[in-house]
Amino acid sequence: MKSKTILEVKDLKTYFFTRHGVAKAVDGVSFRLKEGEALGLVGESGCGKSITCLSILKLVPQPAGRIVGGKIIFDGVDLLSNSEKEMRDIRGRRISMILQDPMTSLNPLFTIGEQVAEPIIIHQKIDRARAWEKAKEMLTLVKIQSPEVRMMEYPHQMSGGMRQRIVGAMVLSCQPDLLIADEPTTSLDVTIQAQFLRLLKEIQERSNLSMIVVTHDFGIVAKVCDRLAVMYAGKIVEYAGIRELFNHPTHPYTKALMDSIPKMDVKVDRLYSIEGQPPDLRNLPPGCNFVPRCSHVMEICEKEPPGESVVGDGHTVSCWLSCPKWN
Amino acid sequence: MTAVKGIPIFPTLVLSIFIFSGIFAGFLAPYDPVENHINEALSPPAWQEGGTTKYLLGTDHLGRDMLSRLLYGATVSLRVGFIVVFVSGGTGAILAILAGFIGGWVGMAIMRLTDMMLSIPYLLIAIVMAVLMGPSVNNVIIILVVLGWTQYTRVLHSEVLRIKEADFIQLAKVAGCSKMRIMLRHVFPNIVNTLIILGTLNLGQVIIMEASLSFIGAGVPPIFPAWGRMLADGRQYITFAWWLCVWPGLAILLVVLSCNLLGDWIRVRFDPKFRQI
Repeated sequence: MKSKTILEVKDLKTYFFTRHGVAKAVDGVSFRLKEGEALGLVGESGCGKSITCLSILKLVPQPAGRIVGGKIIFDGVDLLSNSEKEMRDIRGRRISMILQDPMTSLNPLFTIGEQVAEPIIIHQKIDRARAWEKAKEMLTLVKIQSPEVRMMEYPHQMSGGMRQRIVGAMVLSCQPDLLIADEPTTSLDVTIQAQFLRLLKEIQERSNLSMIVVTHDFGIVAKVCDRLAVMYAGKIVEYAGIRELFNHPTHPYTKALMDSIPKMDVKVDRLYSIEGQPPDLRNLPPGCNFVPRCSHVMEICEKEPPGESVVGDGHTVSCWLSCPKWN
Repeated sequence: MTAVKGIPIFPTLVLSIFIFSGIFAGFLAPYDPVENHINEALSPPAWQEGGTTKYLLGTDHLGRDMLSRLLYGATVSLRVGFIVVFVSGGTGAILAILAGFIGGWVGMAIMRLTDMMLSIPYLLIAIVMAVLMGPSVNNVIIILVVLGWTQYTRVLHSEVLRIKEADFIQLAKVAGCSKMRIMLRHVFPNIVNTLIILGTLNLGQVIIMEASLSFIGAGVPPIFPAWGRMLADGRQYITFAWWLCVWPGLAILLVVLSCNLLGDWIRVRFDPKFRQI
């Protein structure tokens, strides 16, 4: 498999300017995504996962949010220097996104066919009949039974799982190079989750699609992703291959997250949970953001934010415990 | 939901009759609507004691034929009603979408202007405008549009804000739709229902407001037979000549009722959930 880098995010900073101060939702995030690779973005609610994704598409909620620094290099071009018109051409055609809630992801007033065909008509400038044919192919790809009938129907006639697959067909209809899935299975029930993930993985492997999967579910990560970035309070604290990370979690936060997953072979009375709350993004501690909840705090942790240290093959951690100079 | 399938007969029929009689009032009316027969003033409808078949629906306090006035009145009232509803509804919807979807200072400006317009007593503006331009039918239309778009903007703006947050709007952005396309294709169709309901309710109000404007002398000049005006004029005779108020009142009632029924039918037709039942 050739390993061209499709997306490189360098020191991305997206801040929200509110009347109560500046919330650093994404504060210096860097990662690299190779062609055909799936990256998992894991972390608690509000740690900046979704904002990272929206920043890549330059759709940060206006007017409070702004990308204040960094580079997003997609296929050799820095997206941050692109105009809105150039971005519109990239959105949907080259980078696409699935959102969390399939129940509101479809416009209730248009038929399924019209909606799946819409991005094709916008981007490929082909006539309606051909776009319709193409939409039918896409619906077959996401395993919708008898697509020609379904295309004449409306969203309220579909189940949640079907809607999410239809959204899948919609966002994949222009064969994008990168798909961002923002908690794609959160509002589906467990059996449908597995089915949807399998489908996503299948399509990804077949068409050499690169993916960013945002989730807080390690199960999903293990199923779909090749690499994993753990985020905490706007920063990536640990970044590694999936096997490496599951076998050698290094950052105390990652360890704690892993410990809070129920295990089949260990009997416990109470499931472990991380004490405390994530910090206020408008008022971050001067040192490491995890200090208030960390069980290994040292003197240096409260003074200076830790830099990145390499602890294994493609495995980086931002923690003073792993810093060779310090130890 | 049985009425959904075909076009509802009653409202369509009523509206067609009124529109038809409005257009062809010149041929249908037995008399000139402003012609006085002062000796036969306040003659009751034909079937009542003292009524004559000369004036089927009776005459008013100046001896003008009620039927002719009603027919001519349809021209004025329906024209005022429909033009005002369409123009102010259209303006209100466009401004609501701009304010809600674009937001920022544009939205701020539009919404504050709306608040400002809503806080000015409309009779005051109406009198000022009537003084400036002289009372006329067009003047009434302008006044009612200038004052009327605000209620559409207020209500639709909150609708737009709700729809704007829906994921399908976000997905449309992700798919690379332009703002224009999102507003026309994804936001507008979703507020049409509310717009229709507001419009049908507004039509009745407009006809009544035309009457009150005429009543204070800022609206339709007295010589024109408009329904609202006729209603207002007949008020003082109601104890002994009921027909002066009842006929225009009935006409307004039928038109407004038909519009509401038709509007409701259109609303249901537009909703995919009901379309297939």
